Amino acid sequence: MSYLEYHAKSTPSGLGKVLHLNWGLTLLLITVSSVGFLMLYSVAGGSFSPWVEPQVKRFALGLGVMFVVAMIPIWFWRNVSVLAYLGSLALLVAVELFGTVGMGAQRWIDIGFMRLQPSEVTKIALVMLLAAYYDWLPPEKISRPLWVLLPVALILIPTALVLKQPDLGTSILLMAAGGGVMFLAGVHWAYFVAVIAAGVGLVSAVFQSRGTDWQLLKDYQFRRIDTFLDPSQDPLGAGYHITQSKIALGSGGWSGRGFMQGTQSRLNFLPEKHTDFIFTTLAEEFGFIGGITLLLIYMLIILFCIASAIAAKDRFSSLVIMGIAITFFLFFAVNMSMVMGLAPVVGVPLPMVSYGGSAMLVLLGAFGIVQSAHIHRPRQVSR
Amino acid sequence: MKRNTKDLDAAHGKMTRRALFLGGLQLAFAGGLAARMRFLQVDQADEFRLLAEENRINIRLLPPARGQIFDRNGLIIAQNSPSYRITVVPEDAGDVEAVIAKLSNLVPLDPEDLERARAEMRRSPPFLPITLADRIGWEDISKVAVNAPALPGVTPEVGLTRIYPQLGDFAHVIGYVGPVSDYDLSKMADPEPVLMIPRFQIGKVGFEAKREDVLRGKAGAKRVEVNATGRVMRELDRREGISGADMQLTIDSGLQNYVQARLGNESAAAVVIDCEDGDIRAICSSPSFDPNLFVRGISVADYRMLTEDKFRPLSNKTVQGTYPPGSTFKMITALAALESGVIGPQETVWCPGHLKVGGRRFHCWKRAGHGHVDLNTSLKRSCDVYYYDVAIKTGIDKISEMANRFGLGIRHDLPMSAVAQGITPTKAWKASSYGKDWLIGDTANSSIGQGYLLASPLQLAVMTARLATGRSVTPRLLKSLDGAEQPSGAGEPLEVSENNLRMVRKGMYSVSNDRRGTAYRSRIIGDGIRMAGKTGTSQVRNITAAERAAGVIRNEDLPWERRDHALFVCYAPYDKPKYAVAVVVEHGGGGSKAAAPVARDVLLQALYDGTPPLEAYPKADRSRIKAQQERLERERVKRPLGSRSSRA
Repeated sequence: MSYLEYHAKSTPSGLGKVLHLNWGLTLLLITVSSVGFLMLYSVAGGSFSPWVEPQVKRFALGLGVMFVVAMIPIWFWRNVSVLAYLGSLALLVAVELFGTVGMGAQRWIDIGFMRLQPSEVTKIALVMLLAAYYDWLPPEKISRPLWVLLPVALILIPTALVLKQPDLGTSILLMAAGGGVMFLAGVHWAYFVAVIAAGVGLVSAVFQSRGTDWQLLKDYQFRRIDTFLDPSQDPLGAGYHITQSKIALGSGGWSGRGFMQGTQSRLNFLPEKHTDFIFTTLAEEFGFIGGITLLLIYMLIILFCIASAIAAKDRFSSLVIMGIAITFFLFFAVNMSMVMGLAPVVGVPLPMVSYGGSAMLVLLGAFGIVQSAHIHRPRQVSR
Repeated sequence: MKRNTKDLDAAHGKMTRRALFLGGLQLAFAGGLAARMRFLQVDQADEFRLLAEENRINIRLLPPARGQIFDRNGLIIAQNSPSYRITVVPEDAGDVEAVIAKLSNLVPLDPEDLERARAEMRRSPPFLPITLADRIGWEDISKVAVNAPALPGVTPEVGLTRIYPQLGDFAHVIGYVGPVSDYDLSKMADPEPVLMIPRFQIGKVGFEAKREDVLRGKAGAKRVEVNATGRVMRELDRREGISGADMQLTIDSGLQNYVQARLGNESAAAVVIDCEDGDIRAICSSPSFDPNLFVRGISVADYRMLTEDKFRPLSNKTVQGTYPPGSTFKMITALAALESGVIGPQETVWCPGHLKVGGRRFHCWKRAGHGHVDLNTSLKRSCDVYYYDVAIKTGIDKISEMANRFGLGIRHDLPMSAVAQGITPTKAWKASSYGKDWLIGDTANSSIGQGYLLASPLQLAVMTARLATGRSVTPRLLKSLDGAEQPSGAGEPLEVSENNLRMVRKGMYSVSNDRRGTAYRSRIIGDGIRMAGKTGTSQVRNITAAERAAGVIRNEDLPWERRDHALFVCYAPYDKPKYAVAVVVEHGGGGSKAAAPVARDVLLQALYDGTPPLEAYPKADRSRIKAQQERLERERVKRPLGSRSSRA
């Protein structure tokens, strides 16, 4: 009997669990999603179709999924994590073979009522597996090279599959989230220093190679990097998105142009205005105040998760909550960096706000696990 | 696996520390994002807001309506007419070729237009409209409008185009407009943006080109909101342009039409000028052409026909064409002689048929000679020897100066293309132009309007008007600009003795009223409307001594381009001059035969402001004139005013 199961005896059961849901977190999620509905309504030109209606339906479904997942004890999720991981790998292979290539490069499988992007599922499955792995691994072995290499391999397998789609954004997210869980689990910091140093070395080597006969990237790839570094070089080409996005954002000013008054996003200057670039609409219409508020809500969600993870006391719960929090953080941090011109355009949606089914459903499912950990956390039992 | 609780607690503590560390990192990153947001939205807000406005608002020029041109009676000469065209936006059309195929089932499409449209499509971005067909009838436009749902991207558009309802009558006066060409733009230092509007029309030739400044007007503008693809979402505001100024010409289009018809198919020019105020009542160059052809874009075949015609329909002979004035210049020589006092009006010169000047024999047109010739006879019978004689006594510079006083050798400032200055030679002029000394023979040649002398029909008409009035009548073509009457061309009295002028006029009267006058056959009957005139026949070849010995070949036997030019200048009524007319018939032969009857008919038409009564003609000619009048009446019906106006 593990520590978790031992202590879990004092956890609530039955419908009483509902009372022990993390209502603060739930409320924050509903708030963020509502912001999304509002923005989708605005970019549609004041209409519930084509985006708000399906988005609300998916959110309702997602909430349902979250509650169901929350009701199931956390140890069940720990036990199925290997299965989830293998399943997601199978899906990644399946999508490689049978999937449909959509806008950009992400592949999906049509499962009737929605399009499922396996890479979304993989993010959570990977976090679950790593959390379960470190829950199982005795603490003294954590930093031993062999036990470090194993999770690295576990991370790299789905990363490689996703990268092949090709979806650079998601594969970076996978590595970052996986690395984050390893760091939290207590892997010696020297490993991370080494990896980061190697990464920096590689990047500088790539740049050093430019123009020499051992050039590591193709010329066009270098040009893309140039465009990212200075979008004004190619304002109508590759730099277009970044430039337009910054214009929309900047023109919002302190308090924005007002709801439904955004000109840049509504007039189609912005690409992907309802998905990856929806933050620009928010920033244009509600200005700096609106943008900061959304960022604060996101950070509150992260803080709730961290608090929950620290309170959990059980390794799997803590690690899975933190892993999910990292994934969530990476989502909005990368998206916001992208629209603000701080990161290249990699196609990462703004979590819970951007239009899109898979991501929202999977995230709500993941928050279900967070809720489950919260409900089933060990409590001080009064004897 | 058994676990040590202590180990686990330690691990949990480590995880908590690391979770807090990561949380801190995240917080720091979020802080960075917030700072970036502040930078973009607060610090640089103004700059981006400006960029956003530029992004969103597009200024579209509204072409101004071109000023319209009217004749002196308010009849339209150049007007703007709605023109319908069909445009397609390739981006909206999707499969452009399929749309064109569908469209061609509805309305006839010109393959040449389509070829041009396709070329344009390859060049321009897909969201810009391309014209598929121009000058479409209202019915075809309606068909397109009704079938709009089946024709994505296709729009029927309405614009203004220039129409010249009087066809060829004003082709040489008004000129024509056409779309701005790259060549036009290359000539301008700072082209107005309105010229960049596709198919914007500007004056190319003639009045349209000369007064482009006021005819064009000022472009308006509308600000439209566009999306990133350039599609217009809505109009924000609109500032209408200022239409070009309307113009009223001094020309009487009825008379102009008559003169054009009267010149017929000859290569000829005629100018009617009002002696009182210098108004040009008619100014016709024949043959003419339909200026509307040029507005539409003339076909290669039509253009070649115009350029290869030996009668040169495109050249405006009234102001561009210069001819040796021939005997019509004799009034000037006579005045110069009288004014300088080398001869009195009653003094005679002996004409034996020739005069030896500078070792060379200068012949009179009449081989037998005119005997004793005084001023009146010299004009009446157009004796050449009299003029050789008095001119040599007077000197070329005085003659030339007199010619200038009467408007020859002066570029009259008319808003028409390529107004010629002509030539009134002086000694200095020959020295600078040819580097040769003036010869006495040159003076003899000039005295009868040959040699270096060149004058345009307009100048001859001005000269006649000045002779008739004694004032420096200045030709005026523009009567009013935007309702403002332009200064009259009545002119100041010339510094020429009225007595001498009267003597010259008397001579001109004799030309067409004395039985022995050269233009007696073209006289006008009627006391109040007697005509004074002067014939002219200007050689375009030198008659050699050998030729003269063998007998001068008759004009009719020469090829057309070597025949003499026929000239006639006249004014009427003699005692109260109203109109002066100059007619030049290129290679028409003798002035009395080819030019005088035309000038007389034109003068009568002007005096009567319509078809003159037969009583104004000599009895013997009346039946012939009647037939001619009827013929012209029929021919004029063929070119009814405004017949080709495509006003829908």
